Amino acid sequence: MSFADVLAILSGALTTIWMSAAGIAIGMPIGLGLALIRWARVPIAGPLVITYVSLLRATPLVTLVLLVFFAMPQLGVTLEPIQAGLLSLVLNTSAFNCEVWRASLLSFPKDQMEAAKSVGMGRVLRFRRIVLPQVVRASLPGLVNEMSLLVKTTPVLAVVGVVEVTRAAVRIGAETYEPLPPFFVALAVYLPIVFVLVSTQRRLERRMARSTAP
Amino acid sequence: MNGFAIVWSERALMLSGLANTVVLSLLGTLASLLLGALLTPVLVSRRRAPAFVALRFVDLMRCTPFLLLAYIVYYGLPSIGLRFDNWGAGLFALVLYNSAYMAEILRGAWMAQPREPIEAGLAFGYSGLRLFRRIVLPPLLLAAGPVIGNQTIQIIKDSAFLTIIALPELTHAASSIQSRRYIPFAAFIVAVFLYWGLCLLVEAAVAFGKRLAEARQ
Repeated sequence: MSFADVLAILSGALTTIWMSAAGIAIGMPIGLGLALIRWARVPIAGPLVITYVSLLRATPLVTLVLLVFFAMPQLGVTLEPIQAGLLSLVLNTSAFNCEVWRASLLSFPKDQMEAAKSVGMGRVLRFRRIVLPQVVRASLPGLVNEMSLLVKTTPVLAVVGVVEVTRAAVRIGAETYEPLPPFFVALAVYLPIVFVLVSTQRRLERRMARSTAP
Repeated sequence: MNGFAIVWSERALMLSGLANTVVLSLLGTLASLLLGALLTPVLVSRRRAPAFVALRFVDLMRCTPFLLLAYIVYYGLPSIGLRFDNWGAGLFALVLYNSAYMAEILRGAWMAQPREPIEAGLAFGYSGLRLFRRIVLPPLLLAAGPVIGNQTIQIIKDSAFLTIIALPELTHAASSIQSRRYIPFAAFIVAVFLYWGLCLLVEAAVAFGKRLAEARQ
């Protein structure tokens, strides 16, 4: 394995990182939107969200990305591998994020809503100033957990031809007939990224346990 | 011909893929639950060295993408003389990976268990493996049931990744139908709905177990 090969894996790492970041940045607010639709019990849309979340949570990302990449052209939309990959990540993570947001919305104390109403706050103001800041804080550990899961599923995008870390490593292994060294370089790329997310989640959980302790 | 009619005409392949997914997930869940249960006492052990090694193993697996692990087992290990066929590699990777998660799940449930039954068990002369099997493990499994169910769903979804090492499971069957008959939408949407069905079954089983546990109390 040459220096150029290591560079090829690192350029794959850039793809992995920006696609994960984009998937998280787009999927998180969509998840919040879906959770709000359920929370507000919007007719028709509410049950649709329930079905969407249940279905997407049960779908393996590899099956989803194959479906998106190969079936969208049948509907007249041709997608590049990167676009199909990103769309699948967003579909997948928004369903999981919806569950995290919904759990903290459900555990939001009712008396605070009543208090906000009693001082004359409107719906939007109440949500923006009272609900959102606290719900964001309560959701953080779950959201960070979902981020680490997302990073760990990105190698799947290689099946439609996205050249990220794992695919770059497989290609080098096939060329040099020595698959282990490039795989270990790939592993060395993932470990610190996921480790930072996992330990952030642990720290957040500990901090929350302390702040809710009597 | 309509895409779904073509999938229907290939139902034998689709069903054998589904059966393989079920076998993989079932074996994967049972084996990793067993190994996880063996690993849990090491994780909470007061002996520093084994607990440290077990913790590092769990952390390593939690930070590794499953697909990369499957690649390492299938393509990487033969270069150091460990050769698996695709079933062996798939199952080995699935069990190695998920036993770490199962151990972590059981450890979490263990920490939340009350000390009294264990003290009582000790007082009645239970010790070692017998104490673990008869006193510690049963309430642990009941308490951890829903999380173990979630992990089973994760294992079903992980098993789809094994299509990359040509294991003939459900996603592989759908891929093969779509590549020969050019019906991507029908082939993959049928696979998605079959996965959904499997996951709903697991959720129903967890709900049933929960009712059983409540009835026992």
